[in-house]
Amino acid sequence: MIKAILIFNNHGKPRLRTNNTLFTLFSLSNNLFFSHFLPETFHLVSKRDENVCNFLEGGMLIGGSDYKLIYRHYATLYFVFCVDSSESELGILDLIQVFVETLDKCFENVCELDLIFHVDKVHNILAEMVMGGMVLETNMNEIITQVDAQNKMEKSEAGIAGAPARAVSAVKNMNLPEMPRNINIGDISIKVPNLPSFK
Amino acid sequence: MPAVSKGDGMRGLAVFISDIRNCKSKEAEIKRINKELANIRSKFKGDKALDGYSKKKYVCKLLFIFLLGHDIDFGHMEAVNLLSSNKYTEKQIGYLFISVLVNSNSDLIRLINNAIKNDLGSRNPTFMNLALHCIANVGSREMAEAFASEIPSILVAGDTMDSVKQSAALCLLRLNRTSADLVPMGEWTARVVHLLNDQHLGVVTAATSLITTLAQKSPDDFKTSISLAVARLSRIVTSASIDLQDYTYYFVAAPWLSVKLLRLLQCYPPPEDAALRSRLTECLETILNKAQEPPKSKKVQHSNAKNAVLFEAISLIIHHDSEPTLLVRACNQLGQFLQHRETNLRYLALESMCTLASSEFSHETVKTHIETVINALKTERDVSVRQRAVDLLYAMCDRSNAKQIVAEMLSYLETADYSIREEIVLKVAILAEKYAVDYTWYVDTILNLIRIAGDYVSEEVWYRVIQIVINREDVQGYAAKTVFEALQAPACHENLVKVGGYILGEFGNLIAGDSRSSPLVQFNLLHSKFHLCSVPTRALLLSAYIKFINLFPEVKATIQDVLRSDSQLRNSDVELQQRAVEYLRLSCIASTDILATVLEEMPPFPERESSILAKLKKKKGPGNLPDIDDARRNVNGSTEHSENTEAPKKSSPSLVADLLPTNRPRPASSSPIMRSAGTMGTTHPFTDLLNLNATPSAGASLLVDVFSESPAPASVDVCEENFLRFVCKNNGVIFENQLLQIGLKSEYRQNLGRIYVFYGNKTSTQFLSFSTSVASCDMLKTQLNVHAKTVDPLIDGGAQVQQMLNIECVSDFTDAPVLNIQFRYGGTLQNIAVKLPVMLNKFFQPTEMTSQDFFQRWKQLGAPEQEVQKIFKAKHPMDTDVTKAKILGFGVALLDGVDPNPANFVGAGVIHSKCTQVGCLLRLEPNTQAQVKMYRLTLRTSKDTVSQRLCDLLSEQF
Repeated sequence: MIKAILIFNNHGKPRLRTNNTLFTLFSLSNNLFFSHFLPETFHLVSKRDENVCNFLEGGMLIGGSDYKLIYRHYATLYFVFCVDSSESELGILDLIQVFVETLDKCFENVCELDLIFHVDKVHNILAEMVMGGMVLETNMNEIITQVDAQNKMEKSEAGIAGAPARAVSAVKNMNLPEMPRNINIGDISIKVPNLPSFK
Repeated sequence: MPAVSKGDGMRGLAVFISDIRNCKSKEAEIKRINKELANIRSKFKGDKALDGYSKKKYVCKLLFIFLLGHDIDFGHMEAVNLLSSNKYTEKQIGYLFISVLVNSNSDLIRLINNAIKNDLGSRNPTFMNLALHCIANVGSREMAEAFASEIPSILVAGDTMDSVKQSAALCLLRLNRTSADLVPMGEWTARVVHLLNDQHLGVVTAATSLITTLAQKSPDDFKTSISLAVARLSRIVTSASIDLQDYTYYFVAAPWLSVKLLRLLQCYPPPEDAALRSRLTECLETILNKAQEPPKSKKVQHSNAKNAVLFEAISLIIHHDSEPTLLVRACNQLGQFLQHRETNLRYLALESMCTLASSEFSHETVKTHIETVINALKTERDVSVRQRAVDLLYAMCDRSNAKQIVAEMLSYLETADYSIREEIVLKVAILAEKYAVDYTWYVDTILNLIRIAGDYVSEEVWYRVIQIVINREDVQGYAAKTVFEALQAPACHENLVKVGGYILGEFGNLIAGDSRSSPLVQFNLLHSKFHLCSVPTRALLLSAYIKFINLFPEVKATIQDVLRSDSQLRNSDVELQQRAVEYLRLSCIASTDILATVLEEMPPFPERESSILAKLKKKKGPGNLPDIDDARRNVNGSTEHSENTEAPKKSSPSLVADLLPTNRPRPASSSPIMRSAGTMGTTHPFTDLLNLNATPSAGASLLVDVFSESPAPASVDVCEENFLRFVCKNNGVIFENQLLQIGLKSEYRQNLGRIYVFYGNKTSTQFLSFSTSVASCDMLKTQLNVHAKTVDPLIDGGAQVQQMLNIECVSDFTDAPVLNIQFRYGGTLQNIAVKLPVMLNKFFQPTEMTSQDFFQRWKQLGAPEQEVQKIFKAKHPMDTDVTKAKILGFGVALLDGVDPNPANFVGAGVIHSKCTQVGCLLRLEPNTQAQVKMYRLTLRTSKDTVSQRLCDLLSEQF
């Protein structure tokens, strides 16, 4: 079972978190999340080299030794899944990959800003993959079909209200001082941990 | 086309987000957020009704603010309103807000449930999915109550869309996890199993997750899933990689589904049906074969997916533990991974091998990888992987390689990460003890352990080495010599001083013949460490000194001087001061004979469970520790301990079975009251020293009077919970907690009674130093005599012991005696106090009499102080038979046809005590007519206190 999903950037700023299941504690109390769970997880994950394994034994913080943190690092973002022993570790790594590839397809070269400005969309996409802590769908095409359908509905409903859209893109372009633009998930420059010799 | 068009959406939200991002300081950000919150609040409160779009926008802003880390205390109602919107986008934001922010016991749940109900019934798959997601994410009990019966029918209905089926399956799974009692099992279960045959692989994946969870709870109901799962798995693994189209992930066919199916099969033993079994074996072989094929892609995703399936297949093979060829193949495959360049695979291989090591078929094969694992321990850069290597070494250890493994772990310990040192110390200590043929090696190993990682050596470990040395004569001389040498190091760890002090105090005489370790040298060596040590260690050393006085009369004067010095006699620490005073006095006044008796060598320790092992289990959590005592040992390790028996011992030679007591070395037999060289505890240091806690009853020694104040029982709350239930009955359970159950059987005749108390140990661990006492207040002591038979000080896990109490009623009484129970469980002292249900009415003898007699006596007892009357509300339904039974249980005779009103109850009896007999008449009048059911109870006895007490007792019963 997936107990929690967390995305944060290289500076430990959260970009997404699920309210999942046993972690109601964290979802409801911002205090606990920001004072303990996030900094400790960030501390654990960020100090690790690129070459070490992607699994971390859980401390008391995430519910004891039955739980593991499974994470992947893409450009500026860490994707962290907290799972119990009933999940396959490699399976979860692949699931993160599917998630990122899906985000990339949905946002066209996804970057951190997309996650900031479209929290609701990201939640939606994740909801197509994971539900109540269990894997719902792993087929990327299926996921994208669903997201597409929702998008169409949104467009048809939005009508005139959706017009001032360009403002958003303008704002986005304004705010890009030092941040790498893209996660680059395409075939050419995919950044995959644990495979140094990968070309 | 990108699926999310970035342009759409809410402009106000985007502006707000970029405002926040432009804030230069935390203060500015908070200011901006507060401004926005005020704005939203006024919008929500305003007179103008908001349109759906605005509502959506503001709710979305609140969500964003929440995710930034600010608490949100309003807007829930607006979010709930969005749920009933017809527009998808509004509904979706509403559900999102609720999934993230609504507490499962919120009072809005009813409104939310209404909206969900509408959406579930809407037959619009998108809306149904939103609703199912919300249920699965919130998962509250109210939701389970409302929907648990509806969701199974959605799941198995023929016309449900695939995507809805998927959601319904996982939703049901979630409800089953949170409120299993509310999810009805029924005819749908059979149909769920058939979802394994579904066309849509997404549906199959979700259904497999659901079935796995259900099968764990009730395996028999889902047995049919085995054959379906095997068939499905077989179709997947034999399919060409492109057959499954979208469910092929980087050239691997449906890896997630394969993993889930293999997990499901791990809920069951190997299939009994031969054909099915061979089909499954075939599948597993195919998966193993595929691992050897050249990869179809160089991408890491390809190998990840392939290996995810492979590892799961290996888990299943290990779980079945029945096919030797498969097990050996699995082991070889893992062996390959041990040297794989990918860290993830090395990690997982070590982890799986750990479970494989406990299978009798593959244990030997696992052992062949020892060099690789040791190498991993030395060279891995990742602490997670090194941790796994330690675990595996521990699991693969047996007699043949114990010395090597222990040596490697010891050398690794010098550089090990701080986070895993304590665990390694425990493991080394266990292995060294378990596989010690030669106990000199064991002693060396533990001393090394203290030298290398003294801070991580817990009490359990050094207590253990002392126990073993005391129990094994052959190693005592060697131990004394070794600790003596180790103590000569200029800086040694305090734990070493403790072990050294204890062992030299007991066995220093064995090496005193050598002039290099003469008594005086030994004493000076110990005393040179004294001032650097903490108080508990100093206390232990003082005890060692008094033992020296007994062992070596020639150093008596030197030691007395030390004890007499101001730094001891006037030490600010009361424990040290007390020891110094008492030891000094003891050494002056006691004759050699008394000294020799008091300070005699420690008796062997009884065999008990190793608390080191217990501690490791606790650290790792149950299930994570490979059980190294399993059947395999009997196969390859049948000679395991036979060598040990060569040395004839008073205690059992098998030290595996010689398991440690609670948390300090204390012999159970304590007749020489002060044998202990004093292991200091912080709780009751002094009484521990005198061994009074162990068996208080054995304290028949002259020294007790000199030293002891009997250990005052800590004040414990007296349990009276069940006391009143015993007024009208004699047998039952009077007390129960997680550890202990106390049952009573009692019988009374005239003024005498006998209670059998049954103490049941509900745990699997022995209770130690079990003792009981019955306490009465001063007044009660004169009214009631209670004599308790002694009770066995040990209660094995799951066992029950019995104690008999004899009771004599001297005169009438109101109070009740208290039964105090004390024992040690897992190192902590447990104190329980229970009020014993000995009441005055127990000494009733029923008296039959005619109506005429009754009224005559009733009149005789007419003095105002002799009658007590009470009117009270009925606590239980009025039932004539129950009431009769209660009155009879109270002890009086029930007199029929005495009272003119047949609804009333009349009884009579005599209370017997040693001094007097008290006649008693009672009358109970139920009033069934009134709105509130009431009783009137009247008692007349020849003694006012008796009337009062009986009335109090009986009136509580109805």
